[in-house]
Amino acid sequence: MSQDVQRTDASPVAAKPPGALRTFLASDIVYSWKRQPVVILATLVTLTMFAGALFAPWIAPQNPFDPIELELIDAFSPPLTTSDFTGNFYLLGSDSQGRDVFSAILYGSRISLLVGFAAVLFALALGTALGLMAGFRGGWRDALIMRIADVQLTFPSILMALLIFGVIRGFLPRSMHAEVAIIVLIVAIGLSDWVQYARAVRGATMVEKGKEYVQAARVIGLPDHRILFQHILPNVMRPVLVIGTIGLALAIIAEATLSFLGVGMPATQPSLGTLIRVGQDYMFSGEWWILLFPGVALLLLALSVNLLGDWLRDVLNPKLR
Amino acid sequence: MLRKTLLAGAVAAAMVASAAHAETLRWTRSADGLTLDPHSQNEGPTHALNHQIFDTLVYQDMDVEYQPGLATEWYVHEDDPHVWVFKIREGVTFHEGQALTADDVVFSLNRARHENADMRGLLTSIKEVRAADDTTVHVETHDPNPLLPNNFTNLFIMSRAWAEEHGVEEPQNYAAGEETYAVRNANGTGPFRVVSREPDVRTVLERNDDYWGIDHYPMEISELIFTPIESAATRVAALLSGEVDLLQETPVQDIERLGNAPGLKNEQGAENRTIFLGMDLGSAELRTADTDDNPFADRRVREAIDLAVDQSTIQVAVMRGNSQPAGMIAPPFVNGYSEELDAVLPADIGRAQELMAEAGYGDGFRVTLQCPNDRYVNDEQICQAVVSMLARIGITVDLVAQTRSLHFAELAREEYDFYMLGWGVPTMDSEYVFNYLYHTKAGDRGSWNFTGYSDERVDELTVAMGQETDIEARNAMIEEAWQIVHDEIVYIPIHHQMLTWSMRDDIDFKVQSENTPHFKYLKFND
Repeated sequence: MSQDVQRTDASPVAAKPPGALRTFLASDIVYSWKRQPVVILATLVTLTMFAGALFAPWIAPQNPFDPIELELIDAFSPPLTTSDFTGNFYLLGSDSQGRDVFSAILYGSRISLLVGFAAVLFALALGTALGLMAGFRGGWRDALIMRIADVQLTFPSILMALLIFGVIRGFLPRSMHAEVAIIVLIVAIGLSDWVQYARAVRGATMVEKGKEYVQAARVIGLPDHRILFQHILPNVMRPVLVIGTIGLALAIIAEATLSFLGVGMPATQPSLGTLIRVGQDYMFSGEWWILLFPGVALLLLALSVNLLGDWLRDVLNPKLR
Repeated sequence: MLRKTLLAGAVAAAMVASAAHAETLRWTRSADGLTLDPHSQNEGPTHALNHQIFDTLVYQDMDVEYQPGLATEWYVHEDDPHVWVFKIREGVTFHEGQALTADDVVFSLNRARHENADMRGLLTSIKEVRAADDTTVHVETHDPNPLLPNNFTNLFIMSRAWAEEHGVEEPQNYAAGEETYAVRNANGTGPFRVVSREPDVRTVLERNDDYWGIDHYPMEISELIFTPIESAATRVAALLSGEVDLLQETPVQDIERLGNAPGLKNEQGAENRTIFLGMDLGSAELRTADTDDNPFADRRVREAIDLAVDQSTIQVAVMRGNSQPAGMIAPPFVNGYSEELDAVLPADIGRAQELMAEAGYGDGFRVTLQCPNDRYVNDEQICQAVVSMLARIGITVDLVAQTRSLHFAELAREEYDFYMLGWGVPTMDSEYVFNYLYHTKAGDRGSWNFTGYSDERVDELTVAMGQETDIEARNAMIEEAWQIVHDEIVYIPIHHQMLTWSMRDDIDFKVQSENTPHFKYLKFND
């Protein structure tokens, strides 16, 4: 009895945050995280790379996107050397234009992550909206959207991205190509990737819309859009978020692939894929650092994000628990 | 054991014996020929491929000496200095069996003068071509042209009957993207015939055993497989792994490695090609710039660009020494070359910034630079270096580097403000440069002058060079013209290219400064 009194007396404002944190720390997710060293490592790598990308302008010794800062005379400096001409120190060496490879990786992963996140958000928003509509309304809308999705699924997504990229660029004047390269990349990768979100959301929506709470909402006369966004949407988001995490790794790789093929970011604003494309010319000539370090960075980034996504899917899926 | 050795010996002997008769050479370079239509494009890799399939009246051998091809002799007509006489080789047949006649030569020369033909720029001095008899062709020029045969070294001879049969009497209109029968099929008189062709992938040629020169040249290759490989690393890997036997354009970063690789060797020499940047200085307004006028029209801006571009650093850092910084668009072995004009201005950023400010562009401007990425040695790298050099004088350059078929097609449609181009002088005479690059773009002349540059005196001199028979007076004209375009800074020269070919070390083949291999000369050392 006295215990009960004590509890009610405690200020709810002060008690709630530690309670929430404690609940979180005691949750299955954290339990699972702590028990898997690979996941802990992946988290650390991901966080380090996110931080490196985020704070690139403060960490990097050089802005590799600003042509004024490149010293051509320092081209091909090996790792851990100081230039005789300019006195610049190159931690991971410099490339054919005198671009510091370490700075280029930091700035390049910035682009890779930006494109990855934005493309996933774009695909997620588009796919969720179309999936909700198809699942909730049904009828010809459902048929139309899902047939388009089926057709698009038959093409590899990188092929779709190449196609969309080419079409968008065709409509833009040439002088804008370099400026909008990043937006075009985001749209191309996003458009090539919305289908899986739409399918997941449609399926979940069809299940949810038959449930009692939705029928109850209907009976009290709520408009469709309110039912959709306030009642159904929160309940179908979980699979979408899991797909999104794995999709991030795929989008990062898609961006790298496009840039590697020479249709993504230009060599003057290199992303990780562009750096690898440029570096591969020096594979046999002894300047291994130009290719190796960006390649390792991309591998680490894609692998750790993918591992996190896989882990999250397992944890959030009640059937696998 | 003994039997085994004997057997192995016999097999080896059989292999050697058959190798002498059937030698395949697998050849690669960065770029494919743009078309098999021999008159449509005047472009290096296109001519290099077509030289294996077709013949010209006169050609430049591996030492760039002029040699008789389908013409056995040529001279100015005794009675009329306007007429060049070409004696046509007898007993020559095309790959599909038609006999070569003077009429085929007349047809080919006229076809190359058609408005679709890029080759027409070499033939502006011609008034009429006629067959005097079955083995004699008379070429009449408007004015006496002492150097006419020099213009024929890439002028391939086709069969009239074949062209009429396939409806290709007119050359392909390349700029319009036209596709004709002659683009993928060829019927020449050359040392090799086409077995199959997939553009940009693989072209298979076989020895023409009925070749008129079969006993005259080594002709040791029975099958020639040409696989263009765009990526430098892939090209080098192909040679290192034995997938190809001869690599025509060795990337500068791999020269050392390939020279040291067992079983491989490099052959090097100066190339007849100068790399430079062109600017649209004629338009009132640029297409890609953020100004509403044309900064390139101001000579001070062009001088500032010339001062900002540091050719020596490009030579050291981008080309690893495998180039010669240039001040004029003609390599040293071309008539009219001047060491004084070819000297490179040392980079001077301070002076360049002053000039920009004087011209009213102290805050700089923005413009797009167009580059090929698979045509010249390190073309994209050079352009990137230029981007960073021009940034220092406030010019923000957006770089577009793309494959050469797109680059040249867009350049030909005059869509570019600022571009990279390379130029060789197959005639070994400056007139060729003025005719294509400096003469006002009009009619047959100035067809590669995309700068909008037009100077009355230069036009006058260009025309006069083609007619003057007095060598001294002619050289004075060439000198005057070079001085004018040099002072005007019409182009920004970068460097003269050096050539490296890498190959199996049992191949006996030297580089040719036109970068045009004639595989009929190739020998295998035993």
